[in-house]
Amino acid sequence: MAIRVSLLLLVFLSSAVVSFSLYEDQVGLMDWHQRYIGKVKHAVFHTQKTGRKRVIVSTEENVVASLDLRHGEMFWRHVLGTNDAIDGVDIALGKYVITLSSQGSMLRAWNLPDGQMVWETSLHSAQSSKSLLSVPINLKVDKDYPILAFGGGYLHAVSAVDGEVLWKKDFTAEGFEVQRVLQPPESSIIYVLGFLHSSEAVVYQIDSKTGEVVAQKSMVFPGGFSGAISSVSSDKVVVLDSTRSILVTIGFLDGDINFQKTPISDLVKNSGNAEILSPLLSNMLAVKVNKRTIFVRVGGEGKLEVVDSLSDETAMSDSLPVADDQVAFASAHHEGSKIHLMVKLVDDLDTVLLRESIEMDQHRGRVHKVFINNYIKTDRSNGFRALIVMEDHSLLLLQQGAIVWSREEGLASVTDVTTAELPVEKDGVSVAKVEHTLVDWLKGHMLKLKGSLLLASLEDVAAIQEMRMKSSGRSKLTRDHNGFRKLFIALTRAGKLFALHTGDGRIVWSMLLNSPTKSEACERPSGINLYQWQVPHHHAMDENPSVLVVGRCGSDSSAPGVLSFVDVYTGKEISSSDIGHSVVRVMPLPFTDSTEQRLHLIADTEGHVHLYPKTSEALSIFQREFQNVYWYTVEGDDGIIRGHGMKSSCAGETADEYCFTTKELWTVVFPSESEKIISTLTRKPNEVVHTQAKVSTDQDLLYKYVSRNLLFVATVSPKGAGEIGSVTPEESALVVYLIDTITGRILHRLSHQGCQGPVHAVFSENWVVYHYFNLRAHKYEVTVVEIYDQSRAENKNVWKLVLGKHNLTAPISSYSRPEMFTKSQSYFFAQSVKTIAVTSTAKGITSKQLLIGTIGDQILALDKRFVDPRRTLNPSQAEKEEGIIPLTDSLPIIPQSYITHSLKVEGLRGIVTAPAKLESTTHVFAYGVDLFYTRLAPSKTYDSLTDDFSYALLLITIVALVAAIYITWVISEKKELSEKWR
Amino acid sequence: MDKRKAVMGAGRRWAVDFSDQSTVPSSRDILDPPGFSRVSPEQDDSATSRQKKDAEANWKLQKAWEVAQSPFKNLMMMGFMMWMAGNTVHLFSIGITFSALWQPLSALQSVGKVFEPFKDNKVELLMPKLVFLALNLGGLALGIWKLNTLGLLPTHASDWVSSLPPPQEVEHSGGGFAFH
Repeated sequence: MAIRVSLLLLVFLSSAVVSFSLYEDQVGLMDWHQRYIGKVKHAVFHTQKTGRKRVIVSTEENVVASLDLRHGEMFWRHVLGTNDAIDGVDIALGKYVITLSSQGSMLRAWNLPDGQMVWETSLHSAQSSKSLLSVPINLKVDKDYPILAFGGGYLHAVSAVDGEVLWKKDFTAEGFEVQRVLQPPESSIIYVLGFLHSSEAVVYQIDSKTGEVVAQKSMVFPGGFSGAISSVSSDKVVVLDSTRSILVTIGFLDGDINFQKTPISDLVKNSGNAEILSPLLSNMLAVKVNKRTIFVRVGGEGKLEVVDSLSDETAMSDSLPVADDQVAFASAHHEGSKIHLMVKLVDDLDTVLLRESIEMDQHRGRVHKVFINNYIKTDRSNGFRALIVMEDHSLLLLQQGAIVWSREEGLASVTDVTTAELPVEKDGVSVAKVEHTLVDWLKGHMLKLKGSLLLASLEDVAAIQEMRMKSSGRSKLTRDHNGFRKLFIALTRAGKLFALHTGDGRIVWSMLLNSPTKSEACERPSGINLYQWQVPHHHAMDENPSVLVVGRCGSDSSAPGVLSFVDVYTGKEISSSDIGHSVVRVMPLPFTDSTEQRLHLIADTEGHVHLYPKTSEALSIFQREFQNVYWYTVEGDDGIIRGHGMKSSCAGETADEYCFTTKELWTVVFPSESEKIISTLTRKPNEVVHTQAKVSTDQDLLYKYVSRNLLFVATVSPKGAGEIGSVTPEESALVVYLIDTITGRILHRLSHQGCQGPVHAVFSENWVVYHYFNLRAHKYEVTVVEIYDQSRAENKNVWKLVLGKHNLTAPISSYSRPEMFTKSQSYFFAQSVKTIAVTSTAKGITSKQLLIGTIGDQILALDKRFVDPRRTLNPSQAEKEEGIIPLTDSLPIIPQSYITHSLKVEGLRGIVTAPAKLESTTHVFAYGVDLFYTRLAPSKTYDSLTDDFSYALLLITIVALVAAIYITWVISEKKELSEKWR
Repeated sequence: MDKRKAVMGAGRRWAVDFSDQSTVPSSRDILDPPGFSRVSPEQDDSATSRQKKDAEANWKLQKAWEVAQSPFKNLMMMGFMMWMAGNTVHLFSIGITFSALWQPLSALQSVGKVFEPFKDNKVELLMPKLVFLALNLGGLALGIWKLNTLGLLPTHASDWVSSLPPPQEVEHSGGGFAFH
């Protein structure tokens, strides 16, 4: 009977019409949303005397945004698509923000105050080339100077007012690369400088009114040029020659080209290869050589002289005109825990306008970029504010020696996420502290009661809302018994770890993996992935949990790896080690040692695997399971999947006893002319499955084929690997496979003719759901495949099961060749999808929901019941009672089931789910440019009372009942007495 | 309240009992008054009393049979109610089914009590009791059958397998695409 209770409950729940929407006043109770912009590439200040002071930034996440200079808040923000990288941003006419994106083929104007798009012009582009944006500094408002945009081999002059293309000029000639487009102020001549075959400098003079070439000059430079170029004034540029040892000044005054060569060895002794840095300084250039940055002044006749040299770690701003025709620039460098910011005059480097030292968090790393802006102080002197971008991508505004505001923009580029528990509550801290006194508690509940009885006034409603928001320590730093408070550990592209609290999304701690204090062989490891290293429970409770960050000392795949272990409670690095071999794959094993450290295998490029942690205990555990550990590799380019088994310790080659050699066991080769691997997927290793049986309506049993060693592979025909619609339906086919990764056996193959990727899939329990495009129907489709075990289907005798005479819980091996069958069904789906995830709960009893990240950067929760292959057109009464929905050709998109409600997770890249301790509830964390978190209960919270539950009403009812019992008892006593006297 | 009790209980000093239930004169200290006979009236006219007794026994038997058959009515009504309730699990059907189970059970427990009033050495109560038992067992069976049709009895393989966790796997595998 008890067995049935849970099932009964589910039947109850599924028969109810479940709606997942929330009321307006519930927004923000469980969910939080954080908006970011990413690492800033360009910044343009807009600080007029009147009006709000703001800075326009464009970022590496393809965001253009306007920030308040006072507080760092966002006025507006636009996230362009992933393929729409911003090349240049500027302000035109004092009211439009101009962005050039998509390699110079898209020019847009946004209204400065509110960010509305004013116009958009698609520019003609023929080839890929660098793109340049030149917005004239408009001194006279009445005169409309055109915006010059170069990209894709064409130079366009675009009117700033309406975005109309005034003229365009073709520079697509063979071997010609445009390097600079210069427009001297107050001049109608535009200079276009380019290199022909990297050896001939060509200068075109173009009339800015008509776009006609007025003059063309060219001159061959025998040494040849390398790409880097720095324009020092309106008629001079400096380039490096192809050997990177000679600086060449190219003057094109009045159309005459002249070269002036200066070997770098004349400037600096023992110079190596030089590199021209990007800042735009007038009459000066910055060259990086010998790990120092030298400043070279360009004299009137092209003569070069070194004026200053700074350390390699210095970041510099572009030059900024300050009063009296003077030009200043800022430089910032790191020293110890301080940042030194200096603003100097370009003409006279000894004049330091500003020298500030600012205490800076170690975990922000070095300064990457500086942008400065000046303002007039009350004493009529120049004040400077500097916007700096740090190594961890954070953005800070420095003014008057202090950090005015900072933004953690590293969180816009999260690459990997894992979860961690908070510390257990100590005896000293109790909940009573939060609930103050009984009177307050009662007051609060009386208010809630008023609210639920619709008696509350507007002020009361506001008070209730406020009370809910800060209710019962949702942001406390200790574990709660429902498991609602947790940490999400996020690794960002900058190599910084952030611990985010689920309650309010604040950063509990952050840690830069390559903080500048470390001076090891590997100076700047790039973080790759994040693993749960130690999750203590049961017998190792006094240990702190920790995460493993796997990094690499370079971008090359054969570069040596770095392991870093980080304590989750404190955010401190416990240890880090250079492991001396490359990291190609990391495989967490399902074994832990006595301190709950998980065993990990790391494969290197030579086909060896290395065991971590390097302890004898781990080694003995691993040796026990030596024959049962396998690994596989997917070679996407060749279309091969290989399976490997453990062979022996590689003691013969190295003395390392934690290193093992492997042998190849099987290969699956896909025919390269017809199939190309586009997606592979396995189940999440920590997913909990409650039961192995699936009960159908007529009490029939199906045994789920639940295996962690299943690999879902999707292939398309090579022609169809491109954009949707680039092939005809006849040419394209999508084939999906389910492959056992132990034996290499293909368990199932399903082919979709006339279909195309990209494939987004989710694999959970015994089912896979995947999303692709159907070329014939011109629609997206979703297919579900459920896998069942046929070989155990014979276990149907009740008495044998009652007496336990079955082998259903005996360990199974992939070599036993289980017979299996699949059920599948396809549906149309109206939306394009970015990512799919599935909810996960602590025991796996609660029904599941698919979380679909749509193209609109929202997350749609879709019940698994909608993608159930048992759906039929006319389900029987019993099937309906079981919750089977009549089959429809397309999956419904119910607006209320968007869990992001009115918000957007801009640039959505991934969704992570983690179970709470309460079985009904799951944490959902979505990341992209924005972060979003919420708690979901796919079958509603059947195991707890909601926050709205009126305890006061319950209390009052109980008191009233007790009072009523007492009164009636007294009355009955009296009556009895009077009866007796009668 | 306590005061009142004290008045009624502890405040009583003496009492006279006027009732007299004893039938044996020797047990009494005071002799019966002359002319008073303690012999009961039944013994006087035994013929009419026997007739009366027979009638009463008959009546008792009849009543016992009626009581024995009463569960049948119940059974019919229960059956009707169950048919009305349908085969789905909801509050109504569960309530009906549990009352259908509980009624026969409680009746079976109190078989002795039910037939207490008809107890007589002249009345043969075995048959009515058996019928009563049988009918109630029938009711119980009906309840259990209903429970089963509702799917609340673990009579299917699925009921025993659902709680079994998926089997452990012997082999472990990991890997995938190489890191970029």
